[in-house]
Amino acid sequence: MSNKILLRKGLNIPIKGSAVNQIARSISPDILAVKPTDFRGLNPKLLVKEGDLVKAGTPILADKKHPEILICSPASGTVKEIVRGEKRKLLQILIQTDKQQEYEPSNAHDICTSGEAKELKETLLSSGLWALIKQRPYGTIADPSKEPKAIFISGFDSAPLAAEMDYAMKNEFDNMQMGVNILSKITKGGVHIGLHADTFAGSPMHRLQKAKIHVFDGPHPVGNVGIQIHHISPINKGEIVWTLDLYALVAIGRLFNKGVFDLRRVIAVAGPKVIKPAYIETLPGIAIKEIADFADTSNEVRYGDEVGVRYISGNILTGDNVGIDGYTGIFHNVITIMAEGNYREMFGWIKPLRSKKFSVSRSYFSWLMPRKKYNLDTNLNGGERAFVVTGVYEKVLPMDILPLYLFKAILAEDIDKMEQLGIYEVIEEDVALCEFVCPSKSDIQDIISRGINNMIKEMS
Amino acid sequence: MKVLKKLVDNIKPTFSKGGKLGFLHSTFDAFETFLFVPDHVTKKGVHVRDSLDLKRTMTMVILALMPALLFGMYNTGYQHNLSIGGDMSFWAMFFFGLLKVLPLIIVSYVVGLGVEFIAAQIRGHEVNEGYLVTGMLIPLIMPVDVPLWILALSVIFAVVIGKEVFGGTGMNIWNPALLSRAFVFFAYPSQISGDKIWIEGLSKGEGIVDGFSGATPLANAAAGQDIPSFMDMFIGFIPGSIGETSTLAILIGAALLLFTGIASWKIMFSTFAGGMLTALLLNALAPEGSYMALPAVNHLVMGGFAFGAVFMATDPVTGSQTERGKWIYGFLIGVMAILIRVFNPGYPEGMMLAILLLNTFAPFIDHFVVQSNIKRRLRRAAIK
Repeated sequence: MSNKILLRKGLNIPIKGSAVNQIARSISPDILAVKPTDFRGLNPKLLVKEGDLVKAGTPILADKKHPEILICSPASGTVKEIVRGEKRKLLQILIQTDKQQEYEPSNAHDICTSGEAKELKETLLSSGLWALIKQRPYGTIADPSKEPKAIFISGFDSAPLAAEMDYAMKNEFDNMQMGVNILSKITKGGVHIGLHADTFAGSPMHRLQKAKIHVFDGPHPVGNVGIQIHHISPINKGEIVWTLDLYALVAIGRLFNKGVFDLRRVIAVAGPKVIKPAYIETLPGIAIKEIADFADTSNEVRYGDEVGVRYISGNILTGDNVGIDGYTGIFHNVITIMAEGNYREMFGWIKPLRSKKFSVSRSYFSWLMPRKKYNLDTNLNGGERAFVVTGVYEKVLPMDILPLYLFKAILAEDIDKMEQLGIYEVIEEDVALCEFVCPSKSDIQDIISRGINNMIKEMS
Repeated sequence: MKVLKKLVDNIKPTFSKGGKLGFLHSTFDAFETFLFVPDHVTKKGVHVRDSLDLKRTMTMVILALMPALLFGMYNTGYQHNLSIGGDMSFWAMFFFGLLKVLPLIIVSYVVGLGVEFIAAQIRGHEVNEGYLVTGMLIPLIMPVDVPLWILALSVIFAVVIGKEVFGGTGMNIWNPALLSRAFVFFAYPSQISGDKIWIEGLSKGEGIVDGFSGATPLANAAAGQDIPSFMDMFIGFIPGSIGETSTLAILIGAALLLFTGIASWKIMFSTFAGGMLTALLLNALAPEGSYMALPAVNHLVMGGFAFGAVFMATDPVTGSQTERGKWIYGFLIGVMAILIRVFNPGYPEGMMLAILLLNTFAPFIDHFVVQSNIKRRLRRAAIK
């Protein structure tokens, strides 16, 4: 076992409803959505029109700036609808699947051992899997013309209720290995995989060849690849690294093992409002309606008000509130269903007990029950204020970064300071816990988004 | 509860933008959020939020102030009783103090919150809860005999000049409560210094027993006179500002603040450490019988040292905001407080000025901490 990196800062939010290791259902979706909004920095150019026939792996979108970057249909069928929002912004492309799952042909398997880096890159690009590789700084789609310092993959997700990767990947070892083989050929810096000390021994991933395994210990956000990079080989000005999640790694493996564009995956359906939290096997971009029966939608009354249900594609820290009519995102490994918090609690702020509420602070009594899991809801638990309290963000950000000063530099749009204080090393998910604990209820992730957008604009 | 909710819902349109009394929407909002935690839900970013908000934070600080306040009330009566040579019972003394202290608290809150509401109204912001703490701190650091109009003026000064001109809670440079104290101190020196003001009734020349001076131990020590025993000063049976006398009561509050993590233990600890070390150093250098020779521990229980260290220095807005900076900031407050006490001939207390001074320098300290972080991160790039 290589050296363990112990991160003490962070927090595991004790929310009810984690998925049990069991596949409740295998879903062949009726309608699938491809969402260009999942990809940061993508300037989408539509390659299909409504009514077109597509196969799994048929390009649907290309990037205007890098036309070689393609986003492909996860399933075969017909383009049903192109949904646009304000200013004709492309929101999603809906595909009516034929449930046959025909694949675009690929020569990937022929070159899986003999291929040179250039050839492999081109195959990844033309297959549409390239778009799943992200680039740091900023978490945009990797720029194929750049040479990254290394490629990083987090082998676990420590976010609340996130899918357990060892379970989701349990039949995918060969594909993961093939993915690593391919990736290790296209970068000189090698492939780095982060594993958690608690599950390290049981995880098949530590047997992966050609990858450098790093073992981490500690609470969330230890599973965030950005945090892991910071402790393995931090990103300095001018450096680039690439990251991808295990689903993307497996998809790359399948492409080169079997020559198919196959995004099938096992994801969790979890949360306090899920009757039986478990896993499902499906494609990315499925309609929430397909799993609607997992949710407990009985009318719940909290503090005298009836509250609704929130459907989140992703986890409770970084996911999207897509609603019952929405579709899952391609980078999400869990669908979280939880209660809304649209109630008014009388004198809530002064009540001494509030035993249903969780807080990291000991001004509540949740510290007395460290094992208790909470039926959390989406109430803001207060009003938005200016930054007042200090020293709270530091406790949940295991990085050598001064969070408050970084946030203030972003708000002041001070590019130099942002650069010096670490904007290259963080994306939204890394500071999500800062937002959770913030007593001033600031939108920290939004601040980081603004900072990143500003940097991208400034640097282009 | 349902009835109340209905009532609030019914009158809400009147107070919303566009309603008849729409210009009062900040005020309405303040009362509504006082009654109910609002039904706001998370919109972007994280979907759940910690249950701690600023209201709760401020409530904790007020709770932590309660022991000092209650003891202050009792001590007001106790000192009065001592000055007139009476034999009041415990409860008589407490109620005497209660009646003297309550008007100060009421004036502080009514005037201060009044200004806050007007400021929020003008800006169209929600009313901040910052004043809940400031409003309690101000009476506690005033002498009990301070005239109410001076108190009111100082509160207005503190809120307007100390806070609102900078943009409200979270934006101010100096601790507003201390600023109010400094205002009184410099604007009305005759009313707030000397030996008579610390005990109710003394300044009006009511019957005093022979030999009773009313001077605070600090003043006595500065003048080279005898001071009360350590235990008396620790428990707080001494003249002084209302809330500052009992180090014991303050420490009970400190325990709550530290346990809940509301106040920074780094600042508290380093302030005491700075004060202690400086006083010890002075002891070592002291000529025989001088003020410098005052036992170091006495400094920590006299005057406003403990109160300042626990409740004022730890103000997160005006203090140092970096974790390393907090050590330096607190330590220097302790050092400066003792230095001002011992070497300043005019005024026996040094805590107020020390904290205000370090409030001023806190961003400077933070600047160096931030720079060192930046340098460390740059060096990381160079090594590789």
